[in-house]
Amino acid sequence: MTEAPATLTLPRPPRSQWRDVWDQFKTHKGAIVGLTVFALILGAVLIGPLIWTIDPTTVNLRARNQGFSAAHPLGTDQLGRDLLARVMAGGKVSIAVGMTAMSLSILLGTTIGVLAGYFRRLEGPLMRLTDLFLALPLLPLLLLMVTLFREPLSRSFGPEGGIFLLIVCAIGATSWMQTARIVRGEVLAIKEREFVLAARSIGTPARRMVTRHVLPNVLSPIMVSATLGIAAAIITESALSFLGLGFPPDFPTWGRLLYDAIDQMQLYPWRVIIPGIAISLTVLSVNYIGDGLRDALDPRIRGR
Amino acid sequence: MKLKTALMGAAASLAFAPAALAERGSDGEVRILYSQAVSTMNAYLSSGTKDVEVGSLVLEPLAGFNEKGEVIPRLVTEIPSLENGGIAEDMKSITWKLIPGLLWSDGSPFTAHDAVFTAEYCMHPEGGCAQLARYEGIEKVEAVDDLTVKITYKDAKPNPFTAFVGATSPILQKAQFQNCLGPAASSCTDQNFKPIGTGPFRVTEFRTNDTVMLEANPNYRDPAKPAFATALVKGGGDATAAARAVMETGEFDYAWNTQIAPEIQAQMEQGGTGKFVNAFGTLVERIEMNMTDPSPELPEGERATAKHPHPILSDIRVRKALSMAIDRQILVEIGYGNAGRATCNLVPAPEFFASDNTDCLTQDVEGAKALLEEAGWTDSDGDGVRDKDGRKLALLYQTSVNAIRQDFQSIIKQWWNDIGVEVELKTVDPSVFFGGDAGSPDTFQKFYADVEMYANNFDGTDPEPYLAQYTCEKAPRPETQWQGENVNRFCDPAYDALVAELVRTREMDKRAEIAKTLNDMLTKDSYVVVPLVDRGRLSAHANTLGGVVLNTWDSELWNASDWYRIK
Amino acid sequence: MFTFTLRRLLIAVPTLLIISLVIFLLLEAAPGDPLGDVPLTVPPDVKEKMRAALGLDSPWYVRYVLWLKQFFWVEPLHLIDHLFGTSLGEGMQRVISFQSRQPVMQIIAERLPQTLMVVGLAYLIGVMIALPIGILSAYRQYSWFDNLGTFVSMVGFSVPTFFTGVVLIIVFAVKLQWFPSVYDTTLKVTDWASFKAQLRQMVMPVTVLALYNAAQISRFMRASMLDNLGQDYVRTARAKGLGERVVVLVHVLRNSMIPVVTVIALGVPTIFGGAIITEQVFKVNGLGQQLISSIHANDLPMVMTLTFIFAILIVLFNLIADLLYGILDPRIRYD
Repeated sequence: MTEAPATLTLPRPPRSQWRDVWDQFKTHKGAIVGLTVFALILGAVLIGPLIWTIDPTTVNLRARNQGFSAAHPLGTDQLGRDLLARVMAGGKVSIAVGMTAMSLSILLGTTIGVLAGYFRRLEGPLMRLTDLFLALPLLPLLLLMVTLFREPLSRSFGPEGGIFLLIVCAIGATSWMQTARIVRGEVLAIKEREFVLAARSIGTPARRMVTRHVLPNVLSPIMVSATLGIAAAIITESALSFLGLGFPPDFPTWGRLLYDAIDQMQLYPWRVIIPGIAISLTVLSVNYIGDGLRDALDPRIRGR
Repeated sequence: MKLKTALMGAAASLAFAPAALAERGSDGEVRILYSQAVSTMNAYLSSGTKDVEVGSLVLEPLAGFNEKGEVIPRLVTEIPSLENGGIAEDMKSITWKLIPGLLWSDGSPFTAHDAVFTAEYCMHPEGGCAQLARYEGIEKVEAVDDLTVKITYKDAKPNPFTAFVGATSPILQKAQFQNCLGPAASSCTDQNFKPIGTGPFRVTEFRTNDTVMLEANPNYRDPAKPAFATALVKGGGDATAAARAVMETGEFDYAWNTQIAPEIQAQMEQGGTGKFVNAFGTLVERIEMNMTDPSPELPEGERATAKHPHPILSDIRVRKALSMAIDRQILVEIGYGNAGRATCNLVPAPEFFASDNTDCLTQDVEGAKALLEEAGWTDSDGDGVRDKDGRKLALLYQTSVNAIRQDFQSIIKQWWNDIGVEVELKTVDPSVFFGGDAGSPDTFQKFYADVEMYANNFDGTDPEPYLAQYTCEKAPRPETQWQGENVNRFCDPAYDALVAELVRTREMDKRAEIAKTLNDMLTKDSYVVVPLVDRGRLSAHANTLGGVVLNTWDSELWNASDWYRIK
Repeated sequence: MFTFTLRRLLIAVPTLLIISLVIFLLLEAAPGDPLGDVPLTVPPDVKEKMRAALGLDSPWYVRYVLWLKQFFWVEPLHLIDHLFGTSLGEGMQRVISFQSRQPVMQIIAERLPQTLMVVGLAYLIGVMIALPIGILSAYRQYSWFDNLGTFVSMVGFSVPTFFTGVVLIIVFAVKLQWFPSVYDTTLKVTDWASFKAQLRQMVMPVTVLALYNAAQISRFMRASMLDNLGQDYVRTARAKGLGERVVVLVHVLRNSMIPVVTVIALGVPTIFGGAIITEQVFKVNGLGQQLISSIHANDLPMVMTLTFIFAILIVLFNLIADLLYGILDPRIRYD
């Protein structure tokens, strides 16, 4: 735990730190597979709609509940909407919401956790704030947020941009507490370790202490929170649309496709399986990327 | 299928003969599943259908409605009428004659004083009675003798079958409830959960919002009924799960309001343990047009009020075109199957009051387009959306969160897009949408949208109060804290005058005629209300449960005393 | 440590008061109305009277103070009455649910058993399978066991319980008919047969919930173990000749427990909150189902009381977690 700071002269010709990280990342088999799968998914939802141009919201009452065919590779839903187009369009929204909301929640959680753990004066107020947020009933809070912010936001950012912002903030603002408490717990332990005491005794300023010595050592629980956070955000987004808080009802998202198909599971099982696989695959790939990234960022492992 | 039904029928009628001779309690337990759990047995404290209906297993009114909507006697010897003198010539009073010798489930005699007390209980100014509308206009209720109740009204009451009629106004036992008047009503937990009644069952255990356990009432007036010794009413889950428990796993005998998509209905019928039953009432899914401008640019307080007529929908041609573009038959097919039928009427039933208006049933896309052209809405910039004087023909279409409604929204959006109308969809959580909170912008009364969709019906068989909702002064507006039933802000002096005439009219034929005219004024003459589907009630019962007759005019469990086990 | 505990307990009182005020104001400000469920056929003036009967016509601060008094004074008195047969609380208005007009505490007492039984057991099982899985996954990183564990827990976490619950019902209740799809809350365990029935009806909800909990906790366990396995002290311990079992299960595990303890402590209050979706799917009708239906019906006293008890548990268990940190790592000091 007493590794040298990065400023020490290395026995190799100088290389950028990120280059090292990438080299280490490349050797992680799981991470490369994860990255490839994630890139494929991203490609499918971003480029896919340019090739498969059927509109995901067009209702075709003559083609309801169809199975797999050339015209509809994944079949159609109960209103004759093309499922492939819907899965691609849904992926764009779900991944965007999942990633942004997760980032927001991790950022909030980590900041609050580190501040509370490292600075004794902030601990009381910040942790009581965390308790408060944990105790707030989620549903009324979300309903209140829609009532207050839906119209002003959609006026300033357009209907879709406004709702996106609202959803991301709603999920972010209500899911940071677990991360905050975990990070704080880790920081409390780390700040008593020898290397931190050593760094402090040579007069390292607090900001550098946090970014150089504390943060890198709480990375793994943060990574776990982030991976779990994406899955949670994608599912929460679908729950929000049932409060009328989400995107317009004809706007597909993975969570929504999954939920809508539950009742018809026995008749059309693939309608549940496809969005289910899409969500799981995304979360799995992000998880492996996270694993690889954590190993790559850990100088102890990188040196080996 | 026909043959199967016929065979079932034969089996049922065969089984009926021995059942009729059966004695009380010989058929074990009947298990009923309500997807909404029961919170109280006292219909006066909750207007939730689930509470009223389960309460009706224990508490009974003097008279009820049968499956055809006719008034039938329950605790009285006959139904009062002008002919038998039960209703006074001036229609200001009605007299009920109780069946002699009736007992409460605790063995004490049932008398006219209980009815008088019930009226006093609900009409108490501090009681917050949920069924007060059933006692509206009453001057006094008196017990002429132990077996005669007389209700006197302030004004002539053409339809006196409100108080003490139907599951929403049952009789409470005076001895049990006399300390529960007014503000004390809510502290009487035991009374509200275990009321003493005259119905076929009595409560043995009540678990709030979960399970009610009942047993046969030992003092029920028909000594051979009910056939079941005990009944269990479980609550919770959703409609699909409720249907599954009857149709596929066979865990329950009866599931209430199993409104699910037609394909799933068909699939569940293969399960083989039960069948669906349906019946039609007055519930109509409709689109309401906003006659005022909901634009957010207007200052709060003027937005969506009569000060600013709607810039697009004030033109009847646009409203008519929107209605013509809809194929109601397909909506029924997709959303309701056997449990719905296309309608153009706001008052689809009883037949006596229903207008013969069927013009809207055929979709006419070309006609709708022509009508919009005529109204001056043309696609001048070629983007597929019509415009006029620089304004786009774009509408915001809102409704509550509900799977079938969201499907309807998508389909109707498509049809409207086809005639050159741009549509934005919005959904609101039902507890907010129907919540009536004046502070929320999303209630259906505030109507901060161009069109909205929901369903409504009326209580009982008389449409007068229902049609009277569309008079000018009932429009929700800031001065009324956004309360009021006329959500369209429809205002036509001729309509108001006709409503006033309906209130005065006593001859039934004349009343029916006026009601039909009022219905047409709102629908085919103005297209302010665009009815879509006459929604029936769909419930499921096990193949082994006999005697089920679905009734939309009264409690669904109205004849639970006749239910029996097919062996 | 003792003074720290005492100080935190003292701070908890004003914290909880503030939390209760915030919750009350939030419920007050949120859209929706306790009379929202009333059918449209009921006229507005009747609704107005019903509103007054619920006490909703008085201003919010009056109702807040009334609730405080009922919760902190009347309810404890009633509890004492109930326990010792006294009549201290006679005639005092308790916290009454709008929906059923029943004292809120009675409803909670009625529902607590099935929630503790199903959700509590599921949590216990979840933790018990998550810890070994997490430890073994980390110890044998990237082995087939680790990869399988990762796969199962990620799928388990990303597929929501409303999906897994219905799948289980279709397979085991509809097709195989092994387990009931509806939980019977009135079942009393008196003999072997009823005990078996109770087990049968608990299998599916407990499985669904335990999987979900285990997925989350095992990930944190694994990550934390991995962090510690590479530390110098592990090398030192091994060099000293300590057995592998002692190194991993005593030294590494103890140092890896901090994030896991945090997550577990955050989860315990949610047992009381119930599992909203799972309770709905299997009709367990516990506290989670009550909370969600009360929120939908805007049953303010019920939501307020449930949420506040929940808040007390959160504050309490977070304090316990903080105390455990000190035990796990004596270097952590709060004073």
